Amino acid sequence: MSLPAWADQGERVEPRPFARAPTRGSRPPAPVVVSFLVILVIVLGFLRTSPGGEALFGLAGSGGAELVVLGPLSVPVNPALYGFFLLTAVMGLAYAGGRLEAGGLVLGVAFLSLVGAFLVWATAGQSLNLMGMLQATLVRAVPILLAALSGVMCERSGVVNIAIEGMMLGAAFTGVVAASATGNLLVGLVGAVATGALLALVHAVLSIGYRVDQIVSGTVINIFATGVTSYLSARFLQHMAWLNASGTFPDVVVPGLSRLPLIGPLLFRGNFFFYLAIALVAGLHVLLFRTRFGLRVRAVGEHPRAADTLGVNVWRIRYVSVILGGMIAGLGGAYFTLGSVGRFDELMTAGRGFIGLAAMIFGKWTPAGAFGASLLFGFADSLQTKLQILGTPIPPEFLLMAPYVATIIVVSGIVGRATPPAADGQPYEKG
Amino acid sequence: MTGEPEPGARAGGSGTGDGGRVGVGWLATATTRGAVPVLAVLTGLVLGAVIIIVTDQDVIEAWGKIGSQPLALPAAAWASVRDAYRALFAGALGSPYALSESLVTATPYIFAGLAVGLGFRAGLFNIGAEGQLFIGALASVWVGYAITGLPVCVHLPLAVLAGALAGAVWAAIPGYLKARTGAHEVVNTIMLNYVAFRLSDWLINGPMKRPGWVPITPEVQPTAYLPRLFGDPLRLHAGFLLALAMAVAVYWLLFRSVLGFELRSVGANPRAARVAGINVGRTMVVAMAMSGALAGLAGTSQVLGVDHWLGQGFSAGYGFDSIALALLGKSHPAGVVAAALLFGVLRSGATRMQSAAGIPIDIITIIQALVIAFVAADALIRGLFRLRREEQVPAEMFTRGWGG
Repeated sequence: MSLPAWADQGERVEPRPFARAPTRGSRPPAPVVVSFLVILVIVLGFLRTSPGGEALFGLAGSGGAELVVLGPLSVPVNPALYGFFLLTAVMGLAYAGGRLEAGGLVLGVAFLSLVGAFLVWATAGQSLNLMGMLQATLVRAVPILLAALSGVMCERSGVVNIAIEGMMLGAAFTGVVAASATGNLLVGLVGAVATGALLALVHAVLSIGYRVDQIVSGTVINIFATGVTSYLSARFLQHMAWLNASGTFPDVVVPGLSRLPLIGPLLFRGNFFFYLAIALVAGLHVLLFRTRFGLRVRAVGEHPRAADTLGVNVWRIRYVSVILGGMIAGLGGAYFTLGSVGRFDELMTAGRGFIGLAAMIFGKWTPAGAFGASLLFGFADSLQTKLQILGTPIPPEFLLMAPYVATIIVVSGIVGRATPPAADGQPYEKG
Repeated sequence: MTGEPEPGARAGGSGTGDGGRVGVGWLATATTRGAVPVLAVLTGLVLGAVIIIVTDQDVIEAWGKIGSQPLALPAAAWASVRDAYRALFAGALGSPYALSESLVTATPYIFAGLAVGLGFRAGLFNIGAEGQLFIGALASVWVGYAITGLPVCVHLPLAVLAGALAGAVWAAIPGYLKARTGAHEVVNTIMLNYVAFRLSDWLINGPMKRPGWVPITPEVQPTAYLPRLFGDPLRLHAGFLLALAMAVAVYWLLFRSVLGFELRSVGANPRAARVAGINVGRTMVVAMAMSGALAGLAGTSQVLGVDHWLGQGFSAGYGFDSIALALLGKSHPAGVVAAALLFGVLRSGATRMQSAAGIPIDIITIIQALVIAFVAADALIRGLFRLRREEQVPAEMFTRGWGG
């Protein structure tokens, strides 16, 4: 980047149409090389400290409902570590020798090797329920994914939404109360989505209508949702337990396919909200990139003035996008109560909305990217619970930090670059 | 709350002092400027009363008997609000002890509000006060218990400085990243908040855990206590005076020093500031570091003045509250102190309200959210109370997308 960094921070910079992040061009991407070398050294470290022996990885689903129940996979530790080391080194050499263009691919493979090597190293001499961990990854990714998709929907239209956390919290509350009061989970789901939409409407009115700073408006909603749900929960749910017991959506079981070994328990038997979220990834991708409405949303997010000149109603598109985003956040909130525990606890979203924002940035404001990032964050989350069981010297808290640190790295462009929609966060005034 | 000239916004602004205008015009502006926050707080309290009424058990029962006893409903409504707010103000101001507790509660709010307000003045949205506060508290506690055998006059300043320094470093990271790469400080401070939470989880459960089962740090040495100002039941400590001193210092810094002028220039218009020869990147880093130091002191004052140890779940949402404080106080040190005292009174009184009138303490959180909404969208309040529009003041605008 030849421009000084602050040059982008000018007051109300006119959004540059179709501006792209400056390409790295021929400059050797030193951070990629450095991260690659760090990974290589860590894998080497595993190799040096390896206790040897074998690592057992359980591959069977918990119910044993598959046609063929697979026994645990036994991996010889040292050969596997050598394998990962060689794979990483070969990728690196190919990249250095100019045989491979894509630095991202090389880093990705190196990262996967790192994870694999770590698992083998940590499990040496013990056994790890790999299937359980992967299933947990998918489940833990769900609220993060829904939050991220909500963010993608809002921010593509140019409205920053840090209120996803509050929207999810509010939706989790109404979801469980509506479902408990009526005895119908679908009513609860509708209630949750409506709550998300309502809070999003507040965000839209404040930030688009009244031109309140979008971060301030989002903060207001977060504080408000925290206050209202905690207040009502203390006032009513404490002594009216019947209002706080909704039950949960049953797991989806695809007949036949769920009995396949390996992929059956992983992909064809699982949380209702997981399938909902997957459908939303596809749906949102089509909506944003294949429909007229999506084109308008993106135009408004990149260059509202140009869109306005062409007859697009900027305000209406932004209102609709923010409310749609709020509805998705509502689904995310419903997951916490109707999809997970069937009961509301104060502050139960526990920062998932903010991790969702991180996943959105990590996924470069695309639904598919958000999906990948959510899986990664879900994996870090499920891995840390297993680490405690395996008793590795690495504190689980450090794994929990990983998504946040990774986001800082990405948003600062140290490795890779995430470019937000050009008009993200800027209120629009008809000029 | 007076009208300091905004650098770059007004021609001829000297950047110092209150003397921008004279006479009635100045007075009118001052009153309408002060009017919005005051009316916002009043409206928030009224809406809080409405929430108390509609969720009150007696009121709900009276509503059922509206046909037979029509007067029972307003009576019950009045009784619920009277009991709640009476308990609130008695609990906050009713006795020397209550007053002392309110000031104790207000102390970290003053620091944290100053932190966010200082950032606002430099055009930086430090949403990470919560994390900086944790880091500051961790550093102070560590210095407080790990270093022994020092006299008070060395140990206490050392522990306080450690907190400020740790907060400053933690906040300087996003400041540096913003200056260097353009990465938005909001996302980075949010992320650093969570890193700080996990880091403190680890430290309190591991290296800094006191022997035994409870995950809390060892007790701070008495030589590092912030001394109490009065006799025993009153917990008001020297941290409160330090907070007031900091408010004066921040005022001096912002409105009387060259650095403060540069800082406000960068906040008002970074391009113009740059053209005027101000090193914008350096100013951003310094502003974030100072903001973080203040936030760190919020944690320091709490652990050295009140708790004397640090456990998990130590911070009660100071980070978000401090945004409310800065907005309510219009990012002016005097305004922030007033807002922090108000929040201290509300928070401290709400504890009594919860035990005496059975109103959950979270009502205060709701009122806070409403107050920020009204202050931020002052068109709402101006419309409601038919105030005349202020002359065009440049709106505070921080959100410019996440990245470069």
